[in-house]
Amino acid sequence: MEATQAIPVKYDMDVVRWFTIMAAIYLVVGTSIGVYIASELAWPFLNFDIPYITFGRLRPLHTNSVIFAFGGCTLMATGYYIVQRTGATKLWNNGLAWFTFWGWNLIIVLAVITLPLGMTQGKEYAELEWPIDILIALVWVAFGLNYIMTVAIRKSSHIYVSNWFFMSMIIMITYLHVVNSLAIPVSLTKSYSIYSGVQDAMIQWWWGHNAVGFYLTAGFLGIMYYFVPKQANRPVYSYRLSVLHFWALTFGYVWLGAHHLQYTALPDWTGSLGAAISLAMIIPSWGGAMNGMMTLSGAWDRLRTDYILRFLVVSLAFYAMSTFEGPVMSIKTVNALSHYTDWTIGHVHSGALGWVAMVSVGAIYHMMKKLWKTEMYSDSLVNVHFWLATIGTVVYVVAMWVSGIMQGLMWRDYDEYGALTYTFVESVSAMHPYYAMRVVGGVIFNLGAWIMLFNVVMTVRQASTAHGTNAVPAKA
Amino acid sequence: MSNHDKIYSTKLQNNLERSTVLLFVLIALAVSVAGIVEIVPLFYLDSTMTHLSPNVKESQKNAGDTAPIVWNRKPGQSLDDWKPGDGVRPYKPLELAGREVYIREGCYLCHSQMIRPFRDEKDRYGHYSVSSESMYDHPFQWGSKRTGPDLARVGGKYSDEWHRRHLRYPREVVPESVMPNFFWLENTKVDAGNVADTMKVMRKMPFYPSPYTDADIASAKDAVDGKTELDAVIAYLQGLGNQIKFTEGVNYRD
Repeated sequence: MEATQAIPVKYDMDVVRWFTIMAAIYLVVGTSIGVYIASELAWPFLNFDIPYITFGRLRPLHTNSVIFAFGGCTLMATGYYIVQRTGATKLWNNGLAWFTFWGWNLIIVLAVITLPLGMTQGKEYAELEWPIDILIALVWVAFGLNYIMTVAIRKSSHIYVSNWFFMSMIIMITYLHVVNSLAIPVSLTKSYSIYSGVQDAMIQWWWGHNAVGFYLTAGFLGIMYYFVPKQANRPVYSYRLSVLHFWALTFGYVWLGAHHLQYTALPDWTGSLGAAISLAMIIPSWGGAMNGMMTLSGAWDRLRTDYILRFLVVSLAFYAMSTFEGPVMSIKTVNALSHYTDWTIGHVHSGALGWVAMVSVGAIYHMMKKLWKTEMYSDSLVNVHFWLATIGTVVYVVAMWVSGIMQGLMWRDYDEYGALTYTFVESVSAMHPYYAMRVVGGVIFNLGAWIMLFNVVMTVRQASTAHGTNAVPAKA
Repeated sequence: MSNHDKIYSTKLQNNLERSTVLLFVLIALAVSVAGIVEIVPLFYLDSTMTHLSPNVKESQKNAGDTAPIVWNRKPGQSLDDWKPGDGVRPYKPLELAGREVYIREGCYLCHSQMIRPFRDEKDRYGHYSVSSESMYDHPFQWGSKRTGPDLARVGGKYSDEWHRRHLRYPREVVPESVMPNFFWLENTKVDAGNVADTMKVMRKMPFYPSPYTDADIASAKDAVDGKTELDAVIAYLQGLGNQIKFTEGVNYRD
């Protein structure tokens, strides 16, 4: 009986189910492309002289599929789930939610077609061409409107903390996407940014860092604030800490983009300002991480048996680690070494794999059980996935730390005659073992994603057999 | 359940948490500040651009340097009248076509075009980059990663023939390279109409438009006639970084 009470019929959960399944699929797709392009850097023959699969064309597809396909579907699944359950209300408009589902997936299909064809605006993480950008804006605003209106019609008096984070993500991403993507088209498939040079660089990294700060951090902190207390069955450790860390993060994160441009032709004041606020951001970031971790006080023993909780706790550990590493890398003297190297790639992946993917996976497993009113098909596969994800991430990140720092040191090394010790290409060949090691880490992580997809599919099948109905009703 | 009338934090936070509209407005305000402080001034502070900066002008004057930062084109001059050292200029038609291929192939994902003011970068790549050098770059191509070397000053460093061999089969020239082969760029001819359209778009830009004349745009057809995409990329690379004549002792960054 309790299982049926977990999801009262009044909620609109079909769209959540579909977004959840798509997230599991896109995690496999995005990380598979990642493994392939990592292999291209280790063994360049893998480009096979086919234009559509060269590194330069597939890399944007990798970033778009993990950030927007996997991350986006996770955010919309969890967003629609959280906003209904914390407000004790149905979605404001279920039809609009289905519009966002089909719209978002159409965008992903268009990305899969256009990026390998080389249609790109040439701005990192904002590569998609202008007609798709307009579609993104439409779907995103529809999601935002539906979300915020659902918050507005909530039955509870207070707006729960997860919704603050989701709202800040919705507002900031709208703002960033519109401003950064402004371009003049030459044709239907080619446009050029209206900004140039130094201003374009600053706007791009204002976008780039806040895609991380709001899309991949604020949104996923919203996920954390709902699913960690739920899974641990404990209240959030500190309400006051959540208030402080929310406002500090919302106000402060936006300033950080400039730290991507240290020592470039960007004026010094802007880079220094970005670095100063970056350092200060350790405090709210760790505030969030601590608040999540401490929510487990008194329930730590559950880590021995609760595999889903393991994902959530390890994600917080990676979150704390990357939000310490990031500010360190923004300090000018460190940045002088780390910039342009694989260290940055390692940092991004400790956040993306360790934090974003792990917290998402924890949330997806949690939702699977509630949405399909069943246990997972296999708990031991969840545990296997946990270890593959953790080990894969560590192998990947360590490979990139070593290669990044080595590159940085090789580039600046002088011999006793005052000449550069290494040619550039010597640094390239020195990277080979680490690029191979990265592939290994990526394959391990990717294997975990396949296992999750298998487990998700089997759980849905098991649920439909058990309930004697189609667990995912076709939405005509 | 908790007492709904009790205030657990400040009165302001309590009001925000109970009102969707208030929360929305305050978030929207909080996230706007940084963009206004960090981005907007870059559009109007003279010190942002090398050719407008009073400090750079002062430093040039003290060093007795009269080299222009931005090309001062005289009436009747064509893009081909420009000589290296005359200052930053808009891209020639074939270069613009090459730049489109450069962006399409994602070259910027592995090659930066932004030299930092360090001794090793000076020795390896040349004079540090300055902001005005990318003023006609819509979008900027500074990059964020050096899987391959920086290209900001690659222009004139190697012969066209070297570039041709290297772009076709990089490992034939540099055995350790991990760059894809691009011999297939030779199979496609540059589309003159597209180049002319691109020039018109660059001329329309609200910020730093390329000052193309109608004659420049009309010249695109002949300039790219019979050229392949590979020729275009080589032309683009050969034009990178040799536009300003840098003088020892001048501080080009504020």
